[in-house]
Amino acid sequence: MKIPRFSRKTLCIPYAVFLIFFVIVPMLVIFFYAFTDSNMHLSFNNFVKFFSDPTKLSTIVYSLVIALITTVICLVIAYPVAYILARSTMKRKFVILMLFVLPMWINFVLRVNALRELFNLLSSLDGMAWLAGSNYFKTVFGMVYDFLPFMILPLYTTMLKIDPSLYEASADLGASGFATFTRVTIPLSVPGIMSGVTMVALPSMTNYVVSDMLGNAKVTIIGKFISDYFGNDWHMGSMIALILLIVVFVSTWFTGGFKSEENVRGTSL
Amino acid sequence: MAEHIIELQNVTKYYDDNLVIDNVSFYVNKGEFITFLGPSGCGKTTTLRMIAGFDLPTSGKILLNGQDISLLPPNRRPVNTVFQRYALFPHLNVFENIAFGLKCKKVVNTYENDRGEQYTKKEKLSKKEISDKVKKALEIVDLEGFEKRSISTLSGGQQQRVAIARAIVNEPEILLLDEPLGALDLKMRKEMQIELKEMHRRLGITFIYVTHDQEEALTMSDTIIVMADGVVQQIGTPAKIYNEPANTFVADFIGESNIFNGTVVGDKKVKFCGKTFDCLDEFEKGEPADVVVRPEDILMTTPDRGTLVGEVISVVFKGIHYEITAQVGKYELVINSTESRKIGEMIGMNIAPDGIHLMKPKYTSNIFDGVITKRNTVRFADGEFECDVTQLYPGSHLDEEDYLITAAGEKIDLTDTEVKVEVGLYDISISDDAEAGGTTGRIISIIYKGDHYRLIVRTEEEEEDFVFATDDLWNENDLVSVIIPKDKIKLTLKHTEEKKR
Repeated sequence: MKIPRFSRKTLCIPYAVFLIFFVIVPMLVIFFYAFTDSNMHLSFNNFVKFFSDPTKLSTIVYSLVIALITTVICLVIAYPVAYILARSTMKRKFVILMLFVLPMWINFVLRVNALRELFNLLSSLDGMAWLAGSNYFKTVFGMVYDFLPFMILPLYTTMLKIDPSLYEASADLGASGFATFTRVTIPLSVPGIMSGVTMVALPSMTNYVVSDMLGNAKVTIIGKFISDYFGNDWHMGSMIALILLIVVFVSTWFTGGFKSEENVRGTSL
Repeated sequence: MAEHIIELQNVTKYYDDNLVIDNVSFYVNKGEFITFLGPSGCGKTTTLRMIAGFDLPTSGKILLNGQDISLLPPNRRPVNTVFQRYALFPHLNVFENIAFGLKCKKVVNTYENDRGEQYTKKEKLSKKEISDKVKKALEIVDLEGFEKRSISTLSGGQQQRVAIARAIVNEPEILLLDEPLGALDLKMRKEMQIELKEMHRRLGITFIYVTHDQEEALTMSDTIIVMADGVVQQIGTPAKIYNEPANTFVADFIGESNIFNGTVVGDKKVKFCGKTFDCLDEFEKGEPADVVVRPEDILMTTPDRGTLVGEVISVVFKGIHYEITAQVGKYELVINSTESRKIGEMIGMNIAPDGIHLMKPKYTSNIFDGVITKRNTVRFADGEFECDVTQLYPGSHLDEEDYLITAAGEKIDLTDTEVKVEVGLYDISISDDAEAGGTTGRIISIIYKGDHYRLIVRTEEEEEDFVFATDDLWNENDLVSVIIPKDKIKLTLKHTEEKKR
């Protein structure tokens, strides 16, 4: 009698089913909608319409600018923290790292909500009224607050892997502290920078919960845009989603995010 | 007289509370090939790191050409290091790695202006100068044409050469090498030894080399500094260190040695293994001495002609010679000879006077600072031992409440009395059972002395050493408990004016 056995392939079935129904099929559906008109005929109209409509183009640019600002601020805050933590011989640095990651354990909608209440409270104070209207500031602030851990972790893990004797070698060869930083530390932390940038820039282009809640729905980023279109025009919504997908794909390609050996995203903790 | 390029004066280094370098002083002559030799953890790498500037001495001075550089950062010292694991920059290719130091460098150039006045300018090296120097360095290490190669495509030996080129291209006054050949295979290592020696000759700069490989040290160095436990054991030429080791540690660490406990019985006469031998060292009559005999200095002969007669118990072929072990009474002797013998054969052995090296024994007894406890035990070296406290006051005894009554009838509470504790070399035993003895420690040294082993056990907290003899073979680094019989603990009162150790 043949004994039924689970092979490794069998174990993959649950995920394969998930992959087909929630990744591949939806992609095909989007692709189908993007290149058809309301009568379900093949059409490139949406494509042409998108690139000839200044509002749509400016939304994309807006999203990119907000993502860029968020990413730069995150990088500027995270880099020194990661550098100091990675090089310190402190016994309890794990605790500090935990404090940075801890907010991620609380649902982010709750945190953004709390931030909104905090802003409301602040703007009711004397001399703080400007805060009520500065929707972009609040949006970027919220995003930095949300995505900072995603920048710190990959930077920290990359820097932890730099052999400390390289710093010594650099000093030994006559490099000052600053020269060591620019010629050794920065080049060797590039994989971490790339990872962090991808992990912060992409969600800040599309995560419209933050912009909705903190920007009084006045800040439209591309994610919000797609969501709005799916209310009435699935075809245009699909086209924008597809274009976003291509933008992300191309930028990931250029930053080397597909190289597996440099994939260090959140490998610690 | 040669010029001292580097001089260490009373350098001591603590890592946190651990003493790693204990009051080390020595100097290095200009142009010398000097080697720090010692087992791992002896402080040789730390000494090198202090010369490079990666570690700063806790106290003491490091002089470079007579100038104090103890606290100068590494980038301002005219020394370069070849690291143990090479520490090549993985993001740079061979050329960029070697050029790294040159790009940091500024040289003073002298110019003349329109009015014929001279002025100087600090300038970076030009691209041409850098590439010429890199090319020359690559030639020295035999890697011409490797400029564009990435580090990860190089073999271990090639990386080693790049590391050397990266250091020497800066024309340092001193080249520091931290076990640079440790990661290479034996054949490669031998080749690199010869090449390094040749490089030293051609460059004419001072080489400071760190290794735990005694053969490497003997082959390459002009001078060897033997270190152990953060202390310099001996400084000398390879021949001197090998032929006249300063103590049993050096004798045991450098080459093979037979080490015996001997007694000086007359003018240049020493008794060991039950026989009297002529020797060259002059010691007081009756003095104990450690006797070191190199295996190649024992000459085999027929049993009737030998001072010592024994039975061959093992023969091992070693390529160029045979290693023969002979049993003489309860002693074992190791002999190196080009002739072979059969196991079980009786042989005679002679030792020429210049083959016998006498050393003052470093340890004749164990002395500790102790404190008497409430229970009339003595506390020292992380532990508590039962002892006889009445020996502190002749004629005294203990009353029923454990107070000491002196001969004069005086009642003394001994609690917290500071005493000097002395234990003989043969009065200590050890056990695997952690509860069996008064304290525990790790075995840090085992030296075979012909018929017994001399062990050193170090306690973990206070790092006190127990030195003693035992017939049993133990393993280094074993955790053992130290047993001392009550009557073997000699106590003397410590006078208050006596300086605490």
